[in-house]
Amino acid sequence: MGVFKLGKMTFGSLFKKPETVLYPIEQKPKPVGLKGHIAIEAESCILCGMCDRSCATNCITVDKQARTWAIDRFQCIQCGYCVTCCPKKCLHMDPDYAPASTQHTVDVVEVPAQDKPAKAEKADDNKPAATAAAAAEKPSETEQVPTNAKDRDEALLAAIALMEPEKAQRVRDALEARS
Amino acid sequence: MGKKAIIPFGPQHPVLPEPIHLDLVVEDEVVLEATPQIGFIHRGLERLVQTKDYNQFIYVAERICGICAFGHSMGYAETIERLMDIEIPKRAEYLRVIWHELSRIHSHILWLGLAADAFGHEALFMHCWRLRERVLDLFEKTTGGRVIFSVVKVGGVQRDIDASMLDEFITVLDGIKDEYAQICKAFLNEPSVYNRTAGVGVIPYEDALNLSMVGPFARASAVNYDVRMLGNGAYSDLADFAPILSDNCDCYARMEVRAAEVPQSIEIIRELASKIPAGDIAIPVKGAPAIDSEACNVVEQPRGECYYFAKGNGTKYLDRMRMRTPTSQNLAGMAVALKGCDVADVNMIVLTIDPCISCTER
Ligand code: SF4
Ligand code: SF4
Repeated sequence: MGVFKLGKMTFGSLFKKPETVLYPIEQKPKPVGLKGHIAIEAESCILCGMCDRSCATNCITVDKQARTWAIDRFQCIQCGYCVTCCPKKCLHMDPDYAPASTQHTVDVVEVPAQDKPAKAEKADDNKPAATAAAAAEKPSETEQVPTNAKDRDEALLAAIALMEPEKAQRVRDALEARS
Repeated sequence: MGKKAIIPFGPQHPVLPEPIHLDLVVEDEVVLEATPQIGFIHRGLERLVQTKDYNQFIYVAERICGICAFGHSMGYAETIERLMDIEIPKRAEYLRVIWHELSRIHSHILWLGLAADAFGHEALFMHCWRLRERVLDLFEKTTGGRVIFSVVKVGGVQRDIDASMLDEFITVLDGIKDEYAQICKAFLNEPSVYNRTAGVGVIPYEDALNLSMVGPFARASAVNYDVRMLGNGAYSDLADFAPILSDNCDCYARMEVRAAEVPQSIEIIRELASKIPAGDIAIPVKGAPAIDSEACNVVEQPRGECYYFAKGNGTKYLDRMRMRTPTSQNLAGMAVALKGCDVADVNMIVLTIDPCISCTER
């Protein structure tokens, strides 16, 4: 009986354009704000690492030494939180989806040197905590830690306060073991 | 008298894509007892609150369930706003409710399609999918996502919907409303559907109350409770809101109630779209929840009331986040409904209760 009850709708469908498209020959237009993939304007990036620290899936890696910004697109969940956190507004969500891939790769973007390196360095000096945090995470960057012992302890304490509780505990344990 | 036997149902079963296991104790084709068992897809999402800060956790919260994704992000954000005593702009409240009702529409249409498919009514299933696609397109245009939206943040919402887009919402939803009415008529007035569901899987009013059932399944047993009545957020500005009830308490009543909630949600969106105030969509949020602060919140998800509890510890990481999802309340009701039914009716009953196991196990 259902056939007759749905008859009007089904009959109408005969004269309408199909609802589906012949993908991939034909594609639906992408809306402007579609969350496709994260793109960076490398020229304005100051390698501050805010996106690295704010990303919930830890898929962005900012390397100040090598001046690279890298993203693991397989881990990115397209939440857009890094876009809202970037102080220079150089990240944005592009409506195109990242192409399919057969290998797990990480997209690395070289960040060109800024015009005013002096200013950038000064900004770093103002944030010993952030630098120490980065240093604690990446032992290869230990030369960034202030040389003065008192400064270093303070910077470390500040960095630990910023960490996740579990990680903070691990760092404290490691420090105790060392002392 | 036949011999008792135990028939396992699930965790993989054609009628339900979600992994729930039922031990059906059967005698002479009659189910004497049904024991639900869950735990196949526990992901430990509540624990993650201790390693993601309260802003990041919103993206975890909305991944609890693919269908009530918006509801979970909204419920979580409201809980944190209560925890931190934040009042969000009116426009943000309206936008949240509009999206939330839109996700209710998509959830209910999806369920109707699955129910039609379980009856072998494939044409109706396709028509439901066609309508749902239009709702998903609205989501895609306004939030940038089709299933996971990432549009709510603590302190408001991330994107605005402009007036022309709101008009488009109304036009599209009006189109859906007519076709949806036809689909419901074809499905609910169909004698084979009526004969298979009327009087089957009865959950009496007292049982529904005693087992604390929630959502459309409780309302189909005449329990007059819908969180939207409490008037949280923009719901308080609705001219009038009355939950849809039925006192037949059977599978058919549950289908009727769910089917009738779609036009109700369309009316809510229409009313809020006409009343939406201008202004900001978010306020900046600084600081962290105070030590030992606690907050709770309830949200009416498509499947019923979801309860949220959060406890702060003075840092950006919460001490505890707990969600009690609608299905965990309704599983007990499902066991009652299954008692005494025919083995052939089990899938109908499970489908009309529509358990969402991903939500329940988190
Ligand atoms: S937050 Fe912006 S400026 Fe800072 S490192 Fe990331 S992309 Fe560069
Ligand atoms: S979109 Fe989300 S997951 Fe992807 S890089 Fe940005 S913060 Fe990380």
